[in-house]
Amino acid sequence: MNFSFLSDPKYDFIGAFWMTVQLTFWSAIGAFIFGVILAAMRVSPVPLMRGFGTVVVNTFRNIPLTLIIIMMSQVIAGQLGLRLAVRQPGVNPQAFLDSQNFRLAVLGFIIYTSTFVCESIRAGINTVPPGQAEAARAIGLTFSQVLGIVVLPQAIRAVIAPLGSVLIALTKNTTIAAAIGVTEASTLMAVGIEFDPDKITAIFLVVAAGFIALTLPVGLGFGALAKRNAVRR
Amino acid sequence: MSERASVLYDIPGPKAKRFNLIISVIFALLLALLTWYVLSILASKNQLEADKWTPFLEAQNWTTYLLPGLWATLQAAAVSVVIALPIGALLGIARLSDHAWVRRPAGVIVEFFRSIPVLILMLFAFQIWFAIFGVSSPFAAVVIGLVLYNGSVLAEVVRAGILAVPRGQTEAAVALGLRKSQVMTIVLLPQALTTMLPAVVSQLVVIVKDTALGGLLGLTYSELRRAGSTSASAYGNLLPTYFVIAVMYVLINLALGQFSVYLERRLRTRRGGGPVVKIDPGAQTDLLAARQEIEILDVPGIDQSRR
Repeated sequence: MNFSFLSDPKYDFIGAFWMTVQLTFWSAIGAFIFGVILAAMRVSPVPLMRGFGTVVVNTFRNIPLTLIIIMMSQVIAGQLGLRLAVRQPGVNPQAFLDSQNFRLAVLGFIIYTSTFVCESIRAGINTVPPGQAEAARAIGLTFSQVLGIVVLPQAIRAVIAPLGSVLIALTKNTTIAAAIGVTEASTLMAVGIEFDPDKITAIFLVVAAGFIALTLPVGLGFGALAKRNAVRR
Repeated sequence: MSERASVLYDIPGPKAKRFNLIISVIFALLLALLTWYVLSILASKNQLEADKWTPFLEAQNWTTYLLPGLWATLQAAAVSVVIALPIGALLGIARLSDHAWVRRPAGVIVEFFRSIPVLILMLFAFQIWFAIFGVSSPFAAVVIGLVLYNGSVLAEVVRAGILAVPRGQTEAAVALGLRKSQVMTIVLLPQALTTMLPAVVSQLVVIVKDTALGGLLGLTYSELRRAGSTSASAYGNLLPTYFVIAVMYVLINLALGQFSVYLERRLRTRRGGGPVVKIDPGAQTDLLAARQEIEILDVPGIDQSRR
């Protein structure tokens, strides 16, 4: 099999996978924060917040991520004029487009992924024995204290492995950012189909190896982390 | 859920009720403010004008663009799941084999296709199909991509389903003198199929969503999203079209999710609380959730009972 394309500047695999890492990193942080907030809303004593959380989760996790990402670019930015980057006069407009599309993609990933983070954490809350929350209430803690000091720390420790799965899924989902012009591994596949269709198997194997190299350590790492942090009962 | 959640707080007394009411009012105000802000932006960009939304009252828009798109989406999803199920069953059974030379390769195949993005699989299938048959088939590319990924995912579901069949079933079958293949096909698989039904239905949600990848990067499969985009350029109403499409997806997937929950509940009551392979369609963007579940459901299967 001919791997000579690796030196071709058209196939910047390092750059594409570095983009995957960056997209995943920022989206994961945002999705975790919003996911925790959504989960807190869904178990709160205020019915309106519970309802809001339920509607948000059931809406966004049922829309294809492709549609969300394309809407971010074509509708939210294109038609409603959201600007996430500053366009400087005199600078190459491509630089503006690059950071604008990158940030739109991250925002899209956060919206979609946070619903899965929320559901994982909610499942984790269910694994915390009722006695924990009852004891916390009995010593007079308020709802936010019960949740923040007693229940959530145990719940998150219980769902480290499922959160790892969400992170792996997010890593793979970042390929969709190619739909709005972020150069990703899937872009290189499309370039390969156009210019070097005879080498597509080799290109596919490189891309596959890249994703295995990215996701395997995450799975193993989160598995080990889950085992070490498991709440002993 | 609501029962367990209420463990987190006391039944509100007069003071807590007042406090909750204040929070509700503040939150409602914030929501109203947000809605008003969004609506005012929409209005200022002329997105709320009637002529942007009236195309949805025209039969032609539906018959030319949206319904064929919906049909293409459902068709790809249905064909994929029908092909992926037997492949998944084979791989899942292979992973439970007593022979390492069957078990290991099956494991490698499942793990390989599960760690590669579906979009990459579709693009690869697109080119390979073209190289072999000389014509490009977007439909085949979408279906092959979905089958490779979901076949591996369903393999794990099947494995969990088989492992969840009570050990006594295998023991009884072995005691009757059935061969291993008979134990699997006559005793284990039929019982596993019913236990894993809810999980298969919730995997359909993932498949339906993933068909939307078929409209990207030169794959040119005219599924619902892509058909909508064509419709939008014909009528000049991108935002309303994508909004309607999003609603369609949410309704389809909510219905599938509800159906899965219904099946699970029915199986649970009918079998007197027997095991059910459950994948929460929410917690599951890919199937590692099932890997979780396998650990919980780890009932000794054929391999152990033979020892």
